[in-house]
Amino acid sequence: MSTTTDTPVAPPPAPSESTSTGRVGDKVFSGLSRGAGILLLVIMAAIAVFLTVRAINAISENEGNFFTTFEWNANATPPSFGIAVLVFGTIVSSVIAMVIAVPVAVGIALFITHYAPRKLSGPIAYVIDLLAAVPSIVYGLWGALFLVPHLTGFYSWLNDYFGWTGFLEYQGGAPRSLMTVGILLAVMILPIITNVSREVFAQAPKMQEEAALALGATRWEVIRMAVIPFGRSGVISASMLGLGRALGETMAVATVLSPSAVLSAKILDPGGGTFAQNIASAFKEAGSFGRDALIASGLVLFVITLIVNGAARLIIARRKEYSGANA
Amino acid sequence: MTATTTLPATEQTDALGIHQPRLPKWAPAGIALGAAAVGVGIGTVAGLSSRIQWGLIAALLFVLASYAISATVEGKRQAKDRFATSMVWVAFLLAVIPLASLIWETVSRGIKVLDAYFLTHSMSGVVTIQPGGGVYHAILGTLEQVGIATLISAPIGLLTAIYLVEYGKGKLAKAVTFFVDVMTGIPSIVAGLFILSLWIMMLGFSYSGLAGAMALSILMMPVVVRSTEEMLKLVPNELREASYALGVPKWKTIMKVVLPTSIGGITTGVMLAIARIAGESAPLLLLVFGNPVINGNPFDGAQAGLPLFIYEQWANGNEASYDRAWAAALVLIAFVMILNLVARGIARWKAPQHR
Repeated sequence: MSTTTDTPVAPPPAPSESTSTGRVGDKVFSGLSRGAGILLLVIMAAIAVFLTVRAINAISENEGNFFTTFEWNANATPPSFGIAVLVFGTIVSSVIAMVIAVPVAVGIALFITHYAPRKLSGPIAYVIDLLAAVPSIVYGLWGALFLVPHLTGFYSWLNDYFGWTGFLEYQGGAPRSLMTVGILLAVMILPIITNVSREVFAQAPKMQEEAALALGATRWEVIRMAVIPFGRSGVISASMLGLGRALGETMAVATVLSPSAVLSAKILDPGGGTFAQNIASAFKEAGSFGRDALIASGLVLFVITLIVNGAARLIIARRKEYSGANA
Repeated sequence: MTATTTLPATEQTDALGIHQPRLPKWAPAGIALGAAAVGVGIGTVAGLSSRIQWGLIAALLFVLASYAISATVEGKRQAKDRFATSMVWVAFLLAVIPLASLIWETVSRGIKVLDAYFLTHSMSGVVTIQPGGGVYHAILGTLEQVGIATLISAPIGLLTAIYLVEYGKGKLAKAVTFFVDVMTGIPSIVAGLFILSLWIMMLGFSYSGLAGAMALSILMMPVVVRSTEEMLKLVPNELREASYALGVPKWKTIMKVVLPTSIGGITTGVMLAIARIAGESAPLLLLVFGNPVINGNPFDGAQAGLPLFIYEQWANGNEASYDRAWAAALVLIAFVMILNLVARGIARWKAPQHR
């Protein structure tokens, strides 16, 4: 291990010159990258701390009960506001969106990877990739000016045949309701869930699929035995992305929903509200205290998304088999 | 003579289940046609006004019919396979309708007022209920905000991903991975509220493009980290090991081997992240505030932004404003799509197999 040798064969002793510069470079580089990671943690902590401080300020002066009051009168002289309606609306619209979007998205992903004619699958995947980039405000505009007037017929039909269930009753009029929001959110998150699922399905081990086919399995059996087990955690993480977007979607909901402080199970009728929609709608009229109150509701939304993501993360961690890498 | 000898043979193999009767190749198309015809028939007879209902009935019929027919002719396994196939096709068609409609509506309604005047003028002095005005101020604002956000978040995101894949071991790496995941789920409005409380309410700055850009960068960072991380993980370990075996230090291996191999995917990831945040309007509503006049300085004063412009025009609630909203939506979509196409172009151009 001498410093400078005249060996013609380079590999065994690493030239000392390059190792020494390498060490310094390594230190700088690893320090930088570690610092970036720590910065991300700091930002997350700062978000929690700042929102909490503001929220405590708001809730301490709240005359109503923060969790059970329906109305949002943060600007009134004894401020009284609560998130009951918002919790309900957010959960209902997101659940509707997920129920519609996840099966359809998985279907499209399978269609692209395993069913579509090969010549078509490339362009279709490309187009859906592009659709994932369509901004939410455009979906909102489309939802408010196209989807809402076109859903009245469908809702009347639902009312005729399923009105007896209670929650599918429909009074008529522009359906700027939680159901419409759910449908719009489903359309919005569809491309995202499809994209991620498709990428995962495409990575499923070809040898296993071919082995299954060789044993006489039908295409569906191949998918069930070789593709879906491989892609399950990928689909979950894709759905998580979609749910995150649905829970926190602001503008699309703010344009479509006609908000009100009622908590009603009749999801086809206008009314209700979601966290993000409420913040966007109430922000411009809010004074300094009103903003604190909105931040308090934002904190709740933050915590909800934190729990959802944390739970999804745990599910993925339990199914470790999905890893495209050897790192 | 030949018939008598061959017939028992096929019967025997059928009994063993080797030779299954199959539906002809045109069967799915035929069933689909039949289902569509019956769907339209029921629709007209029952007087259902909505075409969506016709489609739903036809889709339902198609799935049920193909399952039933296949189950009787081909057996249960094949029927299940056909059921899955038709469900997958139905899923695809169901999804295509709204997405195609979205694009069609935006293009057909947006093209009405979209011209050179629209792109080069602001809304300064325009009465909202009258036609006229443009989006120049909003395009300028969006470009500046997105540019600043990218400058902040791309380096941080890239370095974090490198840390996670190349250096990350132990509790810190686990924590970072976990919180990056959590961060991807942060709603844009919450990021906006955070910057609002920190930058505007606590530090006392006014509304500005910079404030909006900071919120956008919070949204962008985790996306960059995740996509870069995936790309770095796809780089085979053999490449790294070969580099180490030649005595190349780790940081140089990362810079010269790992990053160039994955640069296509990383660029695509960053561009897609840009495309995502370019359409975010919620943080802009809280932090940039909107401004009908041109403000080219992102560090001072309220600015406009394309997504925010669309929302404001929609909120005006009259036909002239709706036209402007659709046109701006078309501009925004075009911007995002061009970004996407360029990203993919770079990805293909930089792809390692072309070297």
